[in-house]
Amino acid sequence: MEWIQQLVNGVSLGSIYALIALGYTMVYGIIKLINFAHGDVFMLGAFIGFYAIVRWDMHFILALLLAMLLCAIIGVVIERVAYKRLRNSTRIAALITAIGISLLIEYTVIFFRGASPEAYPNVVPNKTFEIFGAQIGVQSILILGISVVLMILLQFIVHKTKIGKAMRAVSHDADAARLMGINVDNTISATFAIGSALAGAAGVIFGIYYTRIEPLMGVLPGLKAFVAAVLGGIGIIPGAMVGGLVLGVVETIVSALGYSLWRDAAAFVILILILILRPAGIFGKNTREKV
Amino acid sequence: MSETLLKVDNLGITFGGLKAVQKVNMHLDRGELIGLIGPNGAGKTTTFNMLTGVYTPTEGAIVFNGTSIAGLDPYKVTRGGISRTFQNIRLFKELSVLDNVKVANHGLAKHNLLSSIFRLPTHFKGEAKMERESLSFLKIFGLDIYKDELAKNLPYGMQRRLEIARALAAGPRLLLLDEPAAGMNPQETRDLMELIAFIRKEFDLTILLIEHDMHLVMGICERIYVLDHGQLIADGTPTEIRNNPKVIEAYLGEEVTE
Amino acid sequence: MKKSKVFWGYIVLALVIYAVVQLLINSGTVNFYYENMLITICINIMLAVSLHLVIGITGQFSIGHAGFMAIGAYLSAIGTMKLEMPFITAILLGAVVAALAGLLVGIPSLRLKGDYLAIATLGFAEIIRIVFLNIDYVGGAAGLQIMRQSSWGYAFFAVVITILVIANFTKSRHGRACIAIREDEIAADAMGINTTYYKVVAFVIGSFFAGVAGAVYAHNFYIIQPTTFGFLKSFDILILVVLGGLGSLSGSVLAAIFLTVVTTYLQGFPETRMIIYSLVLIIVMLYRPTGLLGTKEITDVFKFGKKGGSKL
Repeated sequence: MEWIQQLVNGVSLGSIYALIALGYTMVYGIIKLINFAHGDVFMLGAFIGFYAIVRWDMHFILALLLAMLLCAIIGVVIERVAYKRLRNSTRIAALITAIGISLLIEYTVIFFRGASPEAYPNVVPNKTFEIFGAQIGVQSILILGISVVLMILLQFIVHKTKIGKAMRAVSHDADAARLMGINVDNTISATFAIGSALAGAAGVIFGIYYTRIEPLMGVLPGLKAFVAAVLGGIGIIPGAMVGGLVLGVVETIVSALGYSLWRDAAAFVILILILILRPAGIFGKNTREKV
Repeated sequence: MSETLLKVDNLGITFGGLKAVQKVNMHLDRGELIGLIGPNGAGKTTTFNMLTGVYTPTEGAIVFNGTSIAGLDPYKVTRGGISRTFQNIRLFKELSVLDNVKVANHGLAKHNLLSSIFRLPTHFKGEAKMERESLSFLKIFGLDIYKDELAKNLPYGMQRRLEIARALAAGPRLLLLDEPAAGMNPQETRDLMELIAFIRKEFDLTILLIEHDMHLVMGICERIYVLDHGQLIADGTPTEIRNNPKVIEAYLGEEVTE
Repeated sequence: MKKSKVFWGYIVLALVIYAVVQLLINSGTVNFYYENMLITICINIMLAVSLHLVIGITGQFSIGHAGFMAIGAYLSAIGTMKLEMPFITAILLGAVVAALAGLLVGIPSLRLKGDYLAIATLGFAEIIRIVFLNIDYVGGAAGLQIMRQSSWGYAFFAVVITILVIANFTKSRHGRACIAIREDEIAADAMGINTTYYKVVAFVIGSFFAGVAGAVYAHNFYIIQPTTFGFLKSFDILILVVLGGLGSLSGSVLAAIFLTVVTTYLQGFPETRMIIYSLVLIIVMLYRPTGLLGTKEITDVFKFGKKGGSKL
């Protein structure tokens, strides 16, 4: 029953990717920007959670909420300070700025605390129990539980609340939404806040699950989460969830087959295949440029 | 003179289940100046896009000069002898006026990549020829005084002219003009008409012209095709079109009495 | 012809610069530390100018340039260390294989646009790096030991050839075709330009010279490792192009010189360097998104008589 275990590992990893991918996809959906700094918000979330638990003796659920809150604020600040001015500039300029913000966050953290890793404390009993003969860790269940709750919450916000409606309207057509009296700026900020909060949560559960955190930890998961978003069809929220899970499972399978050094390549191979074969992603529709 | 240059047979295209253009039949004889008119959204530009390879038609055939060109890449269509202007001016904004024309002249030049990289004599000869030819096109349109100006800095009317000069530099036999006089004042429009008549003679061109200005179309076109809701509703001489009840109905509320 | 005179003028200027610096090195006025800095400047100029052709001229946003540099570095190192080739042949080997990789990567990915192309090139570069990481023949993660063979002479002439080829390419109908693609791909296509062909050509030439830079780089240090060629390296190169001005060759050169000097002095403070880099990048994008020189060349600045942006 080894494979069930691997599947659970893959889904746990995948749900972390999915949480990060949601932020990517929401932001891309609304302002067409690959927010490269998103992976670094995830890293900040992991560190906020770490300090909250270790230094301030917080319960990890509280630490999780604190990380989400602070990350939301950080996300909004990034958007207001940098991206807002770039709404009318070229895509290249926006993308380069995002890369700049990403590097700035990473190296500011290194500047203040060094590049050394930290070990996350054990906040969840490291017990396992048996299902169908497979050893499933409590941690995996916890990660899955938190992710599922957050995703349901997100679906609720997007579909049932006023701000969710505004987000969908702006991502469909920002100008029309503005004419309908929607405050586009606030809606975009809200999108950043929600996306960043999810990344912050992903950071904390990543720390709990993998225990090792460091200032550059956001780079690779960030890129992979973006791959997940592209895989599911960028701008599509359920797509990001599915993309994240698929990616997590594929990576786990590649590792389980004994190619762990190739694991990181798997994501990029998937990326390139999907971009070439079906650039709109699994759930996306093809669009054409107007001439 | 009745040698067929372009024959369009039952042409149609569907976007996501929506028939944007359907069952369009056209034939253009060599040397003709034909108008393509119709209300907004009738499918005129879409038809142009199919003729030039930007869109691949979902049905029908386009035969140009004896060869089928439907679905060919745009650059191949252009090399084959059809070039166009754009309704929403698409000049190379950061390039000089002269370079805009040179870009279109590209397909007629012969010097290859290596000759340019190693600066062989063929490169210098080829570039000199491009410069000469491009300048001569600019002269025709009175744009030679602006040759070093960036295209984006040209006055609007001049940008429209540059669009045509550029299309001409690609060496077409069939020129497709998409609303060449849009946004021009009456005097500019008159001058432009004279120019179009001139280049048609000078370069032995066949011209297909989309235009909103009825006066203009009726004045210079020999025959006119009328599109409405993606379908041809009439074709004939300007007089026939003017008196065609279907056309009048399609244009109800617009200036058809001109 | 007047234009060929300008061309020979530049060649003479290059020879003079080479000779003067070589004399200073021979006499010991320029010590090893500074010679090394000069070689690094040359490498960065090659990287910047080759990426400038892809991003600045053709408008294809590639952020995986370090991948091609890695291929040049590794293949040339295999050439000298394993196959006992002369350095020159090894450089060519690295460059040609990098160009082939550029062809292989370019054909599928250049159909993509903007953000998608960027992320695909990044993905390809990562795959290239991971491939080297997994090949024991080139030392895997531990890296490959190399004898130092690069010198001021090799580096300088490699730069001169890079600039010459790319400048010549740009100032021809081929380069104009690339700029037209940058400006408006659909219009370029409609004007008879085979856009796919020229995008791939620009990408292949860019990869070739990234390969040359990689080869000179590999033989300027004693070891190369896959980690050197990660996306941080790609970003470093990107910064040079963006800062100098998207579309300006001389801008890329100046940015490469300037930032290499700054980097050398900030060697002891890598975090500070990266913070400054990223702040500069953000500020330039917010307040002067075209980069310092825009699409202008430094030579345009001195042409007062001429109006507009005729790039000759």
